[in-house]
Amino acid sequence: MTDPTEQASGARWSHFPHGADLGVCGMGMTRAAAFEQVALALFAAITDPADIRPVSRVAITCRAPNDAVLLVDWLNALIYEAVTRKMLFGRFDVRIEGGELRGEAWGEPIDPSRHHPAVEPKGATFTELRVGPSPINGWIAQCVVDV
Amino acid sequence: MDLSRFVRETDTKWRLEPFGAMRVPAVVFADEGLAAEMDDKVFQQIVNVATLPGIVGASYAMPDAHWGYGFPIGGVAAFDPDAGGVVSAGGVGFDISCGVRLLTTGLKRSDVEHCQETLADVLFTSVPAGLGSRGHIDLSPREMDAMLLGGASWAVTQGYGTSVDLERIEEHGQMAGAVPAAVSDRARERQRREMGTLGSGNHYLEVQEVTEIHDKDAASAFGLAQGDVVISIHCGSRGLGHQIGTEFLREMVIAAPGFGLELPDLELACAPIESDLGRRYLGAMRAAINCALANRQILTHLTRRAVLSVLPDADIRVVFDVSHNTCKQEDHRVDRRMRRLFVHRKGATRAFGPAHPDLPPALRTVGQPVLIGGSMGTMSYVMAGSGDGLAHAFASACHGAGRSMSRHQAMKHWRGRQVIDELRSRGILIRSPSARGVAEEAPGAYKDVSAVVDAAHAAGLARKVARLAPVVCVKG
Repeated sequence: MTDPTEQASGARWSHFPHGADLGVCGMGMTRAAAFEQVALALFAAITDPADIRPVSRVAITCRAPNDAVLLVDWLNALIYEAVTRKMLFGRFDVRIEGGELRGEAWGEPIDPSRHHPAVEPKGATFTELRVGPSPINGWIAQCVVDV
Repeated sequence: MDLSRFVRETDTKWRLEPFGAMRVPAVVFADEGLAAEMDDKVFQQIVNVATLPGIVGASYAMPDAHWGYGFPIGGVAAFDPDAGGVVSAGGVGFDISCGVRLLTTGLKRSDVEHCQETLADVLFTSVPAGLGSRGHIDLSPREMDAMLLGGASWAVTQGYGTSVDLERIEEHGQMAGAVPAAVSDRARERQRREMGTLGSGNHYLEVQEVTEIHDKDAASAFGLAQGDVVISIHCGSRGLGHQIGTEFLREMVIAAPGFGLELPDLELACAPIESDLGRRYLGAMRAAINCALANRQILTHLTRRAVLSVLPDADIRVVFDVSHNTCKQEDHRVDRRMRRLFVHRKGATRAFGPAHPDLPPALRTVGQPVLIGGSMGTMSYVMAGSGDGLAHAFASACHGAGRSMSRHQAMKHWRGRQVIDELRSRGILIRSPSARGVAEEAPGAYKDVSAVVDAAHAAGLARKVARLAPVVCVKG
């Protein structure tokens, strides 16, 4: 794992290498917190999340038969909203009840001169997909993103 | 990859007899060096593919094979619907119909030397590239349906190029069997303003010089001569293909138990060809192929206009357009009889040999052009198809070099500015909206494409025709 960023809550995200693509990982005290962190990891693959201003809010709802598919759906919903709105997101709020995720993402329109986007995520995949208790503490959520 | 489990049939062909749940052998086409360098996961993936229902002949790996989602990139497998064969979203990949189009310009290198900087700037401003770039086309729902059915033919009717271009595109520019109704609203929305965009990652538009001719007759048939300036465009079906791949992969994963499929890897998700899900995927995937063909046709138009604004004497013609992420219905002779098969080529190029009826008449004596992409500082190659059937992996060849280093490793090794300056010192101009993207795509992060091409040539998958060196590269 590389590029870990840790918050006071213990929540953090990281990337892990995977061939031509990129693994994204989030960790937090709850499943929802881990999902928020993995979303940060997704957009950190494009640009520094600190450079993304929380100007606009987008609401996202996903339903899936299990946590693993829910993670893939959450990340793919974010990719869809980002590419169709030409936006980047840098702040997330997630609530999960049963198989339903209700999330909010804050961000701003892409400004290539300021964000210098490195890659274009195509889709979250089922590769290295894992959602569950972290071996250290709390929850971990991760998968490989096709870029 | 451990080669001790394979039988070496020739210098470039390695055969793994079936074991466990494998229904057919696995065959790797590569010299010893390339085969040994392949990731161990390639071994697991070609074995996994060989277990799928209805597979015919063998599970093949091309010389550039490396890890992919479910199927290896550089993987080829054919399935018979009459034997319970399947179609796999992972076997096609997310960037459906990603491919390469090669254009001749009627110019020599000396014609562009005085205006290389201007040409690079004009191409960069004319061809939208990179995340956040927008095309100049906003498709209405009716136009979207027409594009998904018509492919490059639709683009020509809209004024992007001429009907002459269509003769030199696989499927003559229009993939039959597309079902626009199988394409979701979300996939359509992702594509609505992306027509005529290059994308990012390993996609590029490159001005190149023909630096070596290996096969004079084939080069002549393709319109290539030493010193010619040509242009390669590498991109695919953009957001639409990605969304279709994402949605059907999810649906196939969830539906697999209902089909009695036990998937050793979720990314192998598939459905019987003769099922509602299989048919819907094929209809949507074919629509995505048309999207990619239309996109490369529009990019060709933008390129023509840009080049002519700098070099009015240019005469830009299509050599050929190949797709290297597809599943196509084809007839192949297997066990002395013709069979209708669904051939998955993921990171592999169709390579019809001479006399194939689907080739345009001007190419039938030499075979289909097979376009092998490099990466900024490295060579690209033009090859010609050799034949079909099992000996030629159902008329398939390699597609590029493949990465030797992850994006993260590449970023640690290089900075974008450093890569751009180093290439400039070699006479290669790079234009990109992202320095970080350039670093991640540094030429040193890729394997040696020449070794891949030599192996494909030696294996008889395709013949070397010409070598191309980069002059200007626009990266997304």
